[in-house]
Formats: sequence, structure tokens, C-alpha cells
Amino acid sequence: MIAALLVPTATWYLVLSAILFGIGTFGVLVRRNPLVMFMCIELMLNAVNLSFVTLARKLNDINGQTIVFFVMVVAAAEVVVGLGIIVAIMRNRSSVTADDLTELNG
Amino acid sequence: MEFFVFGCAALMILVGAVGVITRSHPVHAALSLVLTLFGVAVLFVAQEAHFLAAVQVIVYAGAIVVLFLFVIMLLGVDRVENLRTEPLTAQRPLAVIVSLGLIGILVAAFTTGSGALHERGEGINIPDLNTGTDANTTQLAESIFSKYVVAFEVTSVLLVVAVVGTVLLSRRIKSVEVETSK
Repeated sequence: MIAALLVPTATWYLVLSAILFGIGTFGVLVRRNPLVMFMCIELMLNAVNLSFVTLARKLNDINGQTIVFFVMVVAAAEVVVGLGIIVAIMRNRSSVTADDLTELNG
Repeated sequence: MEFFVFGCAALMILVGAVGVITRSHPVHAALSLVLTLFGVAVLFVAQEAHFLAAVQVIVYAGAIVVLFLFVIMLLGVDRVENLRTEPLTAQRPLAVIVSLGLIGILVAAFTTGSGALHERGEGINIPDLNTGTDANTTQLAESIFSKYVVAFEVTSVLLVVAVVGTVLLSRRIKSVEVETSK
């Protein structure tokens, strides 16, 4: 009975991905270093990927794994562009917090 | 056995994720991110997504984290951030409320809606002696290169645009002005 209870079901994986997504949300809201905020966005992307793979196995459908492949490619492109923007903003600037970027407002 | 794997991987993921948001040094945060990404790769293997686990380790834990570390070193922002001070009043309590509420809503949806999930696909090939040891990779490749081949080709355009855009962004404007003034 206990052995049957201890087999991880899809709900376990989904709850884990929800917790990971929540931690990533908290990091984006709280941290001020733009690089760390970016890492937290990666955490959220990974949480979504984990739930996609879990549902692919649960629904017995390979399309869930296919979209994770595309999400990974788009995430790689997003990291490249985002880090390029951060480098371009931060190059002539000593500050490291996102709060100092107030001249971006119109 | 699967419980043991899940427990270890979940521990890796949560410790790494908490490390990303609590370590004040950006390099430590990036290394905590590696721990989380490896944990997710372990769970991919546990759920028969072997190709995605390999891509996860190579692309995420390899390329993306190395890119993060490169930018940290390049910008010289590897300074310790003071996490004690709170720039906005009540920012952290509100962030706790928002993220816990998000987790609560998601968990409620997963627990109540899990009965509505039913198998609908053609099935996922699990590697064994009958279907071949690379059954998952073969099936994923058949899906990508037949049903989603247009999306795959558009992805290449996206990557080219990203690379060209990053080169344009990170080019020094001063040198351009010098060249045009000559």
C-alpha cells in the first residue's frame, strides 16, 4: 500500500513545476540585478518545460516533447538577445541594478 | 526507485532555485541555476524524454549558463549585491503573496483537474530491445521533421535574426562614427 503511494504520479511533477514557477516569479519580482532576473526567467521557462514533458507522458502524446524542443530553441535566442541588450545598456554604466534605468521612460 | 529519483531531483531543483533568488553573488546564482537545470534534466530522463534531457544539459547547463558567466565577467558586475535593504516598501511581502498565490492557484488546478486528463496521443515510444534504443529520439525527430517542419524552418530564421541583432547591439557605436568620419 505504501509502495503504491510512493510512486510519483503526474500530479507530483506538476506541483513541483508549479513551485519552481512560483520561485522564479518571486525572483523576478524581488531581485534588482538584471542578470539574476534573467536567470529567474530561465527558472520559469524550465518549470513550464517540466510540465510539458509531464503532460506528454501523462497524455501519451509526443507533441508535448516537440514543443519543449521549440521552447528551448526560442529560449536560447531570447537569452542571446537579452544578454546583448544588457551588455549594451550596462557597458558605459557602473550601476548594476535595474532601478537605475529610469531614463528609459518617455 | 522512481520515488528516490524524483526526491533527489526535486531536492536539487528546489535547492538550486532557492539559491538563484537568495545568493547575493551573481556567479553563485548562476551556479545554483546549473543545479536546477540538471535536476530538470534528471526528471526528463525519469519521464522517458531522453533526447530533451541531453539537449537540456548541452544547451541550458552548457551554453546558456556559460553565456551568463561570460556576461557577468565581461561587465564586471560580479559584486555582492546587498540583499538586506528593500528598495521599495512592502515589495517583498507583496512578492511573497503573489508567488504563493500563483503556486496555490496552479496546485489547485493540477489537483482538481488531473481527473480530466486522459490519453489522447498515439503513444510515446519507450526505448527497449523491441523498438530500438533510440526510440524516443526517432519519434521526436519524426514529429519535428514531418508535422512541424515549417515551424522548424522558421526557427532557423529566428536564430539568424537573434545572432544578427546581438551583433548589432553589442557593436561599439564610437568605432562606427570614427569610420564614417574618415
